[in-house]
Amino acid sequence: MLFEFSDEHGELRRTVRNFLEKDSDEKRVRELMASEQGYDPASWSRMAEELGIVGLIVSERHGGAGFGMVELAIVAEEMGRVLLCAPYLSSAVLATSALELAADEAAQNEILPKLASGEATGTLAFSEVASPWDLSAIAMAAESNGGAFQLSGEKTYVLDGCVASEIVVAARVDGELALFRVAGDASGLSREALPPLDPTRKLAALRFERTPAMRISSGDATRGLERALERAIVALTAEQLGGAQRVLDMATDYAKTRFQFGRPIGSFQVIKHQCADMLVEVEFARSAVYNAAFASEEDPKSASIAAWMAKSYCSEAYLDAANRNIQIHGGMGFTWEHSAHLFFKRAKASEVLFGSPSFYRERMAASLGFGAAQSRSR
Amino acid sequence: MTMNESELRKRTRKLLAEIDLDAAGDHRVAFRGAQFDCGLAWVSFPEGLGGLGLEPKLQTIVHDELHKGAKTYYEDMLVNPIGIGMGAPVVLAYGKEDGKRELLRRIFTGEDIWCQLFSEPSAGSDVAGLATRAVRDGDAWVVNGQKSWTTLAHVSKWGLLVVRTDPNVPKHDGLSYFMLDMHAPGVEVRPLYQITGEAEFNEVFLNDVRIPHEHMLGEEGQGWRVAIATLMSERVALGGGASRKGGGPIAVLLDLLENVEVQRSAAEDALLRDRVAKLYIESELLRLTGIRAKAVRQSNTPGPEGSVGKLAQAEIAQAIWQCCSDVLGPDTLVYEHGYELRQGRTSASNNRLSAKYNLLRSRAYSIEGGTSEIMRNILGERVLGLPGEPRVDKDIPWKEVPRS
Repeated sequence: MLFEFSDEHGELRRTVRNFLEKDSDEKRVRELMASEQGYDPASWSRMAEELGIVGLIVSERHGGAGFGMVELAIVAEEMGRVLLCAPYLSSAVLATSALELAADEAAQNEILPKLASGEATGTLAFSEVASPWDLSAIAMAAESNGGAFQLSGEKTYVLDGCVASEIVVAARVDGELALFRVAGDASGLSREALPPLDPTRKLAALRFERTPAMRISSGDATRGLERALERAIVALTAEQLGGAQRVLDMATDYAKTRFQFGRPIGSFQVIKHQCADMLVEVEFARSAVYNAAFASEEDPKSASIAAWMAKSYCSEAYLDAANRNIQIHGGMGFTWEHSAHLFFKRAKASEVLFGSPSFYRERMAASLGFGAAQSRSR
Repeated sequence: MTMNESELRKRTRKLLAEIDLDAAGDHRVAFRGAQFDCGLAWVSFPEGLGGLGLEPKLQTIVHDELHKGAKTYYEDMLVNPIGIGMGAPVVLAYGKEDGKRELLRRIFTGEDIWCQLFSEPSAGSDVAGLATRAVRDGDAWVVNGQKSWTTLAHVSKWGLLVVRTDPNVPKHDGLSYFMLDMHAPGVEVRPLYQITGEAEFNEVFLNDVRIPHEHMLGEEGQGWRVAIATLMSERVALGGGASRKGGGPIAVLLDLLENVEVQRSAAEDALLRDRVAKLYIESELLRLTGIRAKAVRQSNTPGPEGSVGKLAQAEIAQAIWQCCSDVLGPDTLVYEHGYELRQGRTSASNNRLSAKYNLLRSRAYSIEGGTSEIMRNILGERVLGLPGEPRVDKDIPWKEVPRS
């Protein structure tokens, strides 16, 4: 049922929150964002082994917990709240979903257990610079060399692309989209870390030069990849929700304790009303995320539309809340020392990642046929 | 002995069997009178006063049975919204025992329509600063002043009136609450024409109106407390629920976008489409947030999701009606309804005309029932716990408070 969370869901949230409050406090986030690797492998192992959330959506037959989008949304919301620096979105969501939804059984059997256990991390390399979020624009074509495949060309904006040992690459074979497995240390692969706007999530450009690759899908993988990307979008919007709630909390707490002109600044309506507007945005974002998570159990079209709506709304809500949080903190909010900028950078990068709000609004409008008769008549 | 659910159901069915609701003619008074007499008007009220002393939530059982059992259902909020929603609870809590039953019964049947006389031209958001004065004269109070935005005043028998009985104490402490006979000498009701040329509301002028002291509800100086209690007495939610997916104003916008033929450039078209898509998403999230609020209310731990609705709804609906007029384009210049001053509400016969009407009517959404500024204060202070503005009028006599 829509919006019905069980006691187990509450328990999952509490467990993850307790863990992250210790393992991903601001000090830790700052250390990790300054590191080359961008995450703490020891902490990642504990997330896999003690919490079991690395393999959260990996099916049980592949060594995971076999949970769905509602559980994933809960976990991702908590991660977004603390700006967790870890390859969760790249490995536990994107690579995992691409393998679950678009790869052959043999590849699933081989790779998924390693991702679920935290022994390896993976990522999905699909974006090309010309039109990064549009699967139909993928141009990289695999060359067949006597049954073996080779990849040449460039993929960019690859999440955690420098650390992943299992790289799933989307490229074409005879015009059809296919998935390929490339090892992180494969010959002919060079990985360049891109200096990220959001230092809490690492990005890479990957250059392939006749890089050996194993095809791990059969038939056209477009639909499976679309669904995988939709899962990643829902997880990202849950992160956005967690972040938006956090900056609202920060702004509100500050407005209660910061005195100017002899009174707390939160008593000025010009500040109070901004907090109220943020509250409305956060509550709407919550509805959008939970709706998308629950809708994933429904028919594919409603699930897609729910995901696109959430991506459009939560992106703008989080960015707006992060902007206002800086403004309410005044000069303090502009300093490196204060964490407001970390949330702003995460908010802006998350808005852009996987496609802008207007990109998804247009997909939704086209899918629902808004103004279809008018367009036809012209 | 407390009545259980099945007995309540049985009692409701018996009522339906006795009076044929669907028979020709107006059986409303007879039926609702009988409903009152057998305690099914407000089941939470005491026996003999329209109720059975049951939990308020059991009212839904009566509601369900009546809906199932009759094609005609007398929607009580349409009959006498102020009487049912505010008059009955306040009469029950503060009315004199003598005559209470008759007052409640006539509220429920709709024989007596009630109105609410709180707002004044000089007291809108700050309703506790109201200026209508009542001065004691023997067994009566003599009232002078002006009330505004009074729905149904022109057809009302009774008004719920808050007046200032003591100007020498701080504003909240000098108010008293009365039931006012709207037919008393000195009560003058005039239509209040609004932006559309219609009058949905009235102004009520009170010139030397004499109210018997026994019509005071609560004690002298307790008017604010009684008013708050009245405003808080929410009706048991009967039916209703969140609007359906894609319904309401957004449905009009989508229809217009689909069917109005206007030449637009590709750039204009893209911008408009993006706005429509954005409004569609916001409408859908408003609906979903309502569903979430309802789910949370049932679990008895209300959260912020319930408080954001009024503010968000006003803003989204206003933006939708603005967008509708942009879809209509040049046709917006023509206003077919006209501005002839008239009473009541105009009904629009199609979506195009509805859009034009609501472009004007929707300006009130962010004012009526609490302005959006007040709603933001409530969200900021009651939900987020932010401190209030310093009050200059809190501790000084009302008569010394600066006013316009």
